[in-house]
Amino acid sequence: MKNKYDIIVVGGGHAGCEASYVASKLNFNVALITSNINNIADMPCNPSIGGTAKGIVVREIDALGGLMGKIADRSHFQIKMLNNSKGPAVRSLRAQADKKIYPQEMLKELKKLKNLTIIEAMVEDIIVNDNTITGIILENNKVINCKSLILTTGTYLKSHVLVGSEIKKEGPHGERRSLNLSDNLKKRGFEILRLKTGTPQRIEKNSIDYSNLKPEYGDLTPLTFSFDNPPLYDINNQELCYVTYTSPETHKIINDNLEKSAMYSGNVKGVGARYCPSIEDKIVRFADKERHQLFLEPESKFTNEIYIQGFSTSMPYDVQEKLVHSLPGLEKAKILKYAYAIEYDAINPLHLKPSLETKIINNLYTAGQINGTSGYEEAAGQGLIAGINASLKLQNKEPLILKRNESYIGVLIDDLVTKGTIEPYRLLTSRAEYRLILRHDNADLRLRKYGYEIGLINKIQYNKLIKKENSINDLINELKIKRLSKKNIPLNVLDKIKEKQLTSGYSLYELIKRPEFKIIDFINNKLINSKYSNDIIETTEFLIKYEGYINKTYKDIKRLLKLEEKQIPKDIDYDKVKNIATEGRQKLKQIKPLTIAQATRISGVNPADISMLIIYLKKEYSNNE
Amino acid sequence: MDTTICAISTAVGTGAISIIRVSGKEAISIVNSVFSGVDLTKVNTHTIHYGFIVEEDNKIDEVLITLMKSPKTYTTEDTVEINCHGGISTTNKVLEILLNKGCKLAEPGEFTKRAFLNGRIDLLKAEAISDLINSETEKARKLAINQIEGKLSKKIEYIRKNLIQIQASIEVNIDYPEYDDIEVITNQNLIPNLNKILFDLNELIFESENGRIIKNGIDVVILGKPNVGKSSILNTLLEEEKAIVTNIPGTTRDIIEGKINLNGILLNVIDTAGLRQTSDFVEKIGVQKSINVSEKADLIIYVIDNTTANLAGDIKKITNLNNKKLIIFINKDDMSSKNKYDKFNKYNVVMGNTISTNGLDKLKNKIVEMFNIKYLDTKDFSYLSSARQISLAKKAKNAIENAINNLNEGISIDMVTIDIKECYETLGEIIGAVYQDDLIDELFSRFCLGK
Repeated sequence: MKNKYDIIVVGGGHAGCEASYVASKLNFNVALITSNINNIADMPCNPSIGGTAKGIVVREIDALGGLMGKIADRSHFQIKMLNNSKGPAVRSLRAQADKKIYPQEMLKELKKLKNLTIIEAMVEDIIVNDNTITGIILENNKVINCKSLILTTGTYLKSHVLVGSEIKKEGPHGERRSLNLSDNLKKRGFEILRLKTGTPQRIEKNSIDYSNLKPEYGDLTPLTFSFDNPPLYDINNQELCYVTYTSPETHKIINDNLEKSAMYSGNVKGVGARYCPSIEDKIVRFADKERHQLFLEPESKFTNEIYIQGFSTSMPYDVQEKLVHSLPGLEKAKILKYAYAIEYDAINPLHLKPSLETKIINNLYTAGQINGTSGYEEAAGQGLIAGINASLKLQNKEPLILKRNESYIGVLIDDLVTKGTIEPYRLLTSRAEYRLILRHDNADLRLRKYGYEIGLINKIQYNKLIKKENSINDLINELKIKRLSKKNIPLNVLDKIKEKQLTSGYSLYELIKRPEFKIIDFINNKLINSKYSNDIIETTEFLIKYEGYINKTYKDIKRLLKLEEKQIPKDIDYDKVKNIATEGRQKLKQIKPLTIAQATRISGVNPADISMLIIYLKKEYSNNE
Repeated sequence: MDTTICAISTAVGTGAISIIRVSGKEAISIVNSVFSGVDLTKVNTHTIHYGFIVEEDNKIDEVLITLMKSPKTYTTEDTVEINCHGGISTTNKVLEILLNKGCKLAEPGEFTKRAFLNGRIDLLKAEAISDLINSETEKARKLAINQIEGKLSKKIEYIRKNLIQIQASIEVNIDYPEYDDIEVITNQNLIPNLNKILFDLNELIFESENGRIIKNGIDVVILGKPNVGKSSILNTLLEEEKAIVTNIPGTTRDIIEGKINLNGILLNVIDTAGLRQTSDFVEKIGVQKSINVSEKADLIIYVIDNTTANLAGDIKKITNLNNKKLIIFINKDDMSSKNKYDKFNKYNVVMGNTISTNGLDKLKNKIVEMFNIKYLDTKDFSYLSSARQISLAKKAKNAIENAINNLNEGISIDMVTIDIKECYETLGEIIGAVYQDDLIDELFSRFCLGK
């Protein structure tokens, strides 16, 4: 351990791993400080990576040059595509990641980096000079200097683990928590939020009776998160998950013991997420619902633990025993780990710029749960951006700010820094207004060029991207040029067209727009070249079939970009802008939007306020243009 | 909006009292500097004060000052209203004094623009106020007032609320695909809900066409061959000699307009040059004009002379008027005729004459019937009435129709949500819930001075 690094990352979770990785890759001397090296890339909650929207984030991380997708590809034992039936714009990958393998593979990857030092220690305080970060102070009062600091402390800030009436002052898995760091941030002007999340029981695999439970299989087509690797798993040898439900007995136990739950006894001060309620929350809030679905998911091929997705609770141990045994198939189940709720400190993300640098202290970045988000993928996406932007700033370059029409990561960060959050924030496809453009299949087309410019994507990867773009254009041209007329139309195509006589010819491009045709039909008929890979065909078909919707979306985006171009000067004095409503003025002062577009998204700033702002900017600044 | 603005806010030239409104940060201090009476900077808000407007110790006018402090004013700024008693030239003098003291003359619609920009009123109310000022009949005034009260906003909010619910149920399905205990969205449960939205929008648009009629009146064009009595009909309807009437065919060469109030609805009646082939250059232009105005008409009254011998030309011309609301008026029913009009059975045919006003009663009744004017009279007015609003409502309707058609064609739900969202946002544009870059200036340029 040296006493000076370029960049220090505090916390070895999913955000910290991506941040340390990219900063090291960009040739900075990086220290990753963690309380326990064995907990690097730990998955303390669900044993899966991906899911709706989140799966696309993993693809985006890979497109930009991050690690999560590659590590997930190496460590899962089941993978599937969600939302196949609901359309191409909302498809997303989800994998059951092995909780033993994923952290091992991540650590292996980090250890390959020559300029990354992993240090086991606890951080007490930060050192700030002239509003700029200069280092950290460890528990033993030792000082380490740095040019930039990235805090990715997860749920460890002043955490409380809650089970029934018991409050344990510790982090997940009984790990040591950080006692003073959040207080020290508060002293420097950060507003601290108190948030809550929870995790369900782990059950011994062999104590479950699977005979009446419905199995859930992985997909039988090869799938990967990463754009760079072929599938590494055995498609025919994927593990199963199972589905069970709460029973009337479960509901009765909850209702009889409600006051014993930490959530309902008043012990919990933190705000939990509405989309991820505890089982007692679900039963109280949706009282008319007869049963709730639960998933039984293996944690690892190398342990005998089964995770009950959807059953998180803060009931005391004895009630948990009864609850688990009330579930079909789990009558004789053995609980290996009890469920718990965990409360922790986070900072108000409105303190952040879109680069994830704090507005209060220069060169201080934060990412992951400390910013009020939940989820491994959300954390990793932020860690990647914080790592990139900390590096770019030290290189005297402009930060990478992904727009809402470019990526889910951009949507996530813009939401955080513009709207803030009062509960742990989870990405949903419905948060993205241009999700038609933010697809699973085109994450590389959207973002790889940025990764290449920054230096995280190499020439080989970049050439592959260019080849993909060219192939799509070739295929589109081929479909436009090739026309079918009376003379050359194959019978099976004519049958589908349902026109007795072909009065005028059709290009294949026009035919693809009809629901009954697919590109593969024409390949099978040898009407076009068979050299195109499946991902090329998938993206091209989408672009043709949904051209109308895509154009409509681009029209909306154009309107957005026009407002994004209207920059708000950093030195603007909102007190001088006349006639803005009080609430709008407060929000504008607090959030300091960079553009008019960002200002329009702030809740509490109404369209009339925006008009005033634009009029003011025109008046005050147009002379200088 | 740093400036303090002023304008005469009562109609120029009418009424014994004129009101000058002053609004802005310095409204009170500027008026105080030209007012002899109490010190206006020291009085309570919403109070009235008697005194004189003075210029260099000369009394210019005896006035009542209404003083209202921010924020409870029309513009939300400090506002002073000066009731001037000295007639229009004195009022103009007072205005001039205020301008010399640093007030800026308000641009058309600027008071309302400030009220809107200060968040005092929504966009729809702002439009309605412009309508109210320009309204020519009692019904139009009621329509405008109802908009100001926000009835229309509520109606649109209701439709938007339903849309949000539909959208939310789809989003839950997309974002939580593995849960089978969430009601699965299918075409079977989605399409009826979308049809309900379509029904509401259709109703809104249909009623809005009526709203337009209430606001703008009905454009009626009188067509027919020369010398069948078109100008006499206009004159009889107006009860004045607006058009020159002779028995010489081709007397009316230009179009002549007049307005009548029919059961509270404004008829803009336009008399035209008779339709015939002519070598007269001026008359030729008139005939072309007749054809042009009839294309924009809400109603065409086609006049046939009862005594005419040959109907062939009329039949041809009537057939060309398809897609227009049409009344065939057989003039001179007091004269005997051998004509049979059964060829016109599929049209609205009315007989009458212009000997007395009663001779046109049947014609008026027919118009009342065709435009539901009696029904408009009793209906609760909350319509979209500007062209901007109606065209946005139609755009919203198209979006929902697309959603339904696309679902029926098997397009996936992630695409269809784009149509649904478009409908939602378009309705938001009508009520100003969505920020629109270029809209505001365009809208306020329509306002008359003063309000």
